[in-house]
Amino acid sequence: MTAIRTSAQVERRARWVTALLLGPSFLWYLALLVVPLAVVVVFSFGERAPAGGYQAGFTIANYLNLPARSAAFRNTLLLAPLGTIVCLLAAYPLAYYLAIKASPRLRLFLLILVIVPFWTSFLIRTYAWMFILGGRGLPSVIEWLGLGEVRLINTPLSVLIGMVYGYLPLMVFPIFVSLERLDKRLIEAAADLGSNPWRSFLQVTLPLSAPGVITGCMLVFILLMGEYLIPQLLGGGKVFFIGNALVDLFLQSRNWPFGSAVAMSLVIIMLATVTVYLRVTRRYGAGRDVSLL
Amino acid sequence: MRAYSFAIYLFLYAPIVLIVLFSFNSGNNASDFQGFSTLWYGKAANNRFVIEAVTHSLIVASASASLATVFGTMAALAVQRVRGAARLFFDAMTYVAIMVPGIVIGISTLIALVTTFGLVNEMLTAIWPGDPATAPQLGMGFGSIIAAHTLFSLALVIVIVRARIAGMDRSLMEASADLYASPWGTFRQVILPLILPAVVAGFLLSFTFSFDDFVVAFWVAGSKTTLPIYIFASIRRGVTPEINAIGTVVLTVSLILLFSAQLMLRRGEKAKPKTA
Repeated sequence: MTAIRTSAQVERRARWVTALLLGPSFLWYLALLVVPLAVVVVFSFGERAPAGGYQAGFTIANYLNLPARSAAFRNTLLLAPLGTIVCLLAAYPLAYYLAIKASPRLRLFLLILVIVPFWTSFLIRTYAWMFILGGRGLPSVIEWLGLGEVRLINTPLSVLIGMVYGYLPLMVFPIFVSLERLDKRLIEAAADLGSNPWRSFLQVTLPLSAPGVITGCMLVFILLMGEYLIPQLLGGGKVFFIGNALVDLFLQSRNWPFGSAVAMSLVIIMLATVTVYLRVTRRYGAGRDVSLL
Repeated sequence: MRAYSFAIYLFLYAPIVLIVLFSFNSGNNASDFQGFSTLWYGKAANNRFVIEAVTHSLIVASASASLATVFGTMAALAVQRVRGAARLFFDAMTYVAIMVPGIVIGISTLIALVTTFGLVNEMLTAIWPGDPATAPQLGMGFGSIIAAHTLFSLALVIVIVRARIAGMDRSLMEASADLYASPWGTFRQVILPLILPAVVAGFLLSFTFSFDDFVVAFWVAGSKTTLPIYIFASIRRGVTPEINAIGTVVLTVSLILLFSAQLMLRRGEKAKPKTA
């Protein structure tokens, strides 16, 4: 073995090892996150070059111009929270059934059935809804049933359906984990103390599943805010999200500085919402359980 | 409640069943089923662009998932030994990498790279000894997609592996050190077996996310078409059963991967006492 080292040498060596272990990730964060985001910040204060792209300058005109894309901001800020809430309402009963009602043997199988769609191509799953909601899918069935003519595709409703469909598994999972951890004797105790099932649910089960609910809502909300594919494929360019506005600004109008300002606003809105959300919820002791997966 | 759950499963699987069903359509219209045929599988398998896109996606997904898993695991092991500004920076960046939407990551990487490449390429041309037109030029391609995918996978691996380390019994490491194991020995014989399920899960998740990613790749791919980029372009050109056939194959492969991962993780769970 090697010679005996003094504690100072050991400590110095340990520091080197730590630095080497962290090095690659550090570089990655710096080169592909910090620098690019800094470039976006700089660009957002610049001017559009005559032929498109970026030209150096310092102006806040891009930020003042944000209302020009208010439709995209409005759609995102209405539909992302709404989608999260609908997702939660749809997912909770399923998570409850899986964690509390289903037999242990069936549970694992049913749980895997929930994740399977999430592991399959998002693009193809969303494309399937173009198919179902399109003129020859559900609308023709509804018409055949004599319930009148409806148009589903390219409406806010179809975008909402796509969003709930796409992210439902991500909501079910954390809620299931919270509910499964819950000590079932607490529910029995509530019943013994004369509480009816509904009241036990509201006063025992629901508060104890709050960490899972919060994690699920955060994950889904974050992903919905930056959504591009669902509004593109199911909204048909009529239900524009900020993501779609960004593609339009960078590729069609080639207005990089304005696009950068829109991108920055999206990031700021998201970070602010999530930070406030975490602050508020941490007070209820939920913070510790908020893991990302 | 059982009926409700059944309805949710119906909602989750109806689109998938439709995709699979229509991939066997013999007609070339995606919305009328005209008879059973495997015609479109053959067409997809012989489509040069599909093969190329699949190859590109496999290269990108395996490279970025491997890089992210190795670097992420290294960082997860080291990060709790760091305090102060470096720790703050690291935690903040992991948080930001997960929070910032893919579309913003894609755009910002694109403009940062275009700007940097522009400067570097100008310099390369200036110092190139021969004909300036033959000077090597940097551009978008595998390098940029792999780098961008590694970024978000890296944050994911760090979060997953750190969660696992947090649930680990520290006394095992101390015991190993007391028994004169070298730090490397402790890592190989104690830490690695304990965190392996998380490392494997991190790799598989990274691989899937990279293979499935359209939004980031769309910006930084240059001329390298990945499978989601190909599918997206095909959808815009019009719907054919060929996309359904490709989709069905992708679904099947994902399923096989998912089940093998599940099997491995459960084997890992059985081998040691249950934590948490």
